[in-house]
Amino acid sequence: MAKVIVVTSGKGGVGKTTTCANIATGLAQREKKTVVIDFDIGLRNLDLVMGCERRVVYDFVNVLQGEASLKQALIRDKRSDNLYVLPASQTRDKDALTQEGVGKVLDELKESFDFIVCDSPAGIERGAVMALYYADEAVVVTNPEVSSVRDSDRILGILAAKSRRAEQGEEEPIKEHLLITRYSPRRVSIGEMLSISDVQELLGIPLIGVIPESESVLQASNSGIPVIHNEKSISGQAYTDVVARFLGENKPMRFVDEEKKSLLSRLFGT
Amino acid sequence: MKTMSNTDQNDNPDLFLPKEQKPAIDLKGSVFTLTVLRLQSNDLADVERELEERLALGPRFFEDAPIVVDVEILKDQALEVDFPALVEVLRKLRLVPVGLRHGSHDHQKAALGAGFALMKGGVIKDLPSVTQPAPKAEKPAKPKKPPPPPPTAETAESTDVKAKATKVIYQPIRSGQQIYARGGDLIVMAAVNAGAEIVADGNIHIYAPLRGRALAGVTGDTKARIFCQHMDAELVAIAGHYRVFEDQVPPEYQSKAVQFYLDDEQLNISLLA
Ligand SMILES: Nc1ncnc2c1ncn2[C@@H]1O[C@H](COP(=O)(O)OP(=O)(O)O)[C@@H](O)[C@H]1O
Ligand SMILES: [Mg+2]
Repeated sequence: MAKVIVVTSGKGGVGKTTTCANIATGLAQREKKTVVIDFDIGLRNLDLVMGCERRVVYDFVNVLQGEASLKQALIRDKRSDNLYVLPASQTRDKDALTQEGVGKVLDELKESFDFIVCDSPAGIERGAVMALYYADEAVVVTNPEVSSVRDSDRILGILAAKSRRAEQGEEEPIKEHLLITRYSPRRVSIGEMLSISDVQELLGIPLIGVIPESESVLQASNSGIPVIHNEKSISGQAYTDVVARFLGENKPMRFVDEEKKSLLSRLFGT
Repeated sequence: MKTMSNTDQNDNPDLFLPKEQKPAIDLKGSVFTLTVLRLQSNDLADVERELEERLALGPRFFEDAPIVVDVEILKDQALEVDFPALVEVLRKLRLVPVGLRHGSHDHQKAALGAGFALMKGGVIKDLPSVTQPAPKAEKPAKPKKPPPPPPTAETAESTDVKAKATKVIYQPIRSGQQIYARGGDLIVMAAVNAGAEIVADGNIHIYAPLRGRALAGVTGDTKARIFCQHMDAELVAIAGHYRVFEDQVPPEYQSKAVQFYLDDEQLNISLLA
């Protein structure tokens, strides 16, 4: 049974697109037929991070409006036969996303893919709700800072209230995973960032991984090769672990170092 | 503001019939919970100002709520009411005036003209009224309030008024979410996160961290209390008396089990032993 995964956060710039590209690539590396869809209509970032921006002919909105078939719009990844990208439109507006249209596209994709990974736009408006509406699982991307945690909390509330699974009420609710990104053990130890346990306690959902802040992620984005391809990068390795955990394997957390006094405990003196 | 409460006896038996077999209408007697606005002045500017203050305590609880206007006090004082203007005031505050209670003959005529229905009966729950009571010094010294009359007078509808509904929540309440326990208590078994708001007409119990806002007794019950196992709230209020914990909760209560209660209009906090 195909699974729909939404990568979401509320806040922008936390690493959703990066995470989508890496999880999708990682799943494909594990022989899962995977498609990654950019719901960030108007911005179009995913194809850049995936390095396929020059091959975009048709996009998600063309498919939604019947101007192109899925077959025409899907772009096969250069490095993996199992991976396809459905890019966002840069010119159309977000109203092109309708619940019914998105549902139809996903149903069609479910016939040929194991995983459908949805890259959500920032915010809690229509685009973000469309991206999460049909999800079976959600990866909530959070940076270890108060505002990001707050926005993730908000998105978790929306997952629990406005998704299809929530509305129908009979099925299991969306399975939620916390992914902490741009994590810097040093900044945690000097109290500039929340610790992993602070974030976990505030959000109260299971942790699927911690991606350290690293220069290699930026380089990877710029060169259009997701960092998971870079075996030397600790962020790349951390994404590999996330994919393994996603597939049910038990992997200890790496690159998180020892936690000293965190921001919360300093603030509250506990 | 007072609340009349009764049960709804409608059970929608025809909902699933195919359309052809469905009659176009179905008339049934139902009883609803309505909010009663007791006017103690016919100065609509005063009424508007006080109502606005009152509604600000819980901006969304009365949004689009049906309102019954009770003018018994004005009738006793033979004061007129400008009903069309009253309708405007209520609508402006997003209330929906539906009925009039206890008016003089003139009140009734004017109200009917302004689109009110004439309401009879109903049981009023004993909540404090909108306006503050007159200062104690001006009152003649009374030994003690007489006990309230037994609740037989109004109607037989009153049988289930005593059973207050309790709302129980098991899921975390997250930033941007609001939960309202109308007409009763609220029990929350999971965290109330920063930016979330929980509200009850009655008491509130939270058996988990309270990091957001909790407002009890929002329709005016000064006896309402808030109990929480892990105090990290942003704001706490009882019957409109609130306290903001802007930066941080006082360290002696931080993350502790506490209760909040009103004592002589003063919002107090104490540790639960
Ligand atoms: N682990 C990381 N280390 C360093 N930079 C990162 C990391 N994750 C994301 N970034 C950078 O942060 C920026 C925002 O990331 P992006 O994935 O586009 O976020 P979003 O999709 O949530 O807006 C990008 O420049 C990206 O390269
Ligand atoms: Mg993005």
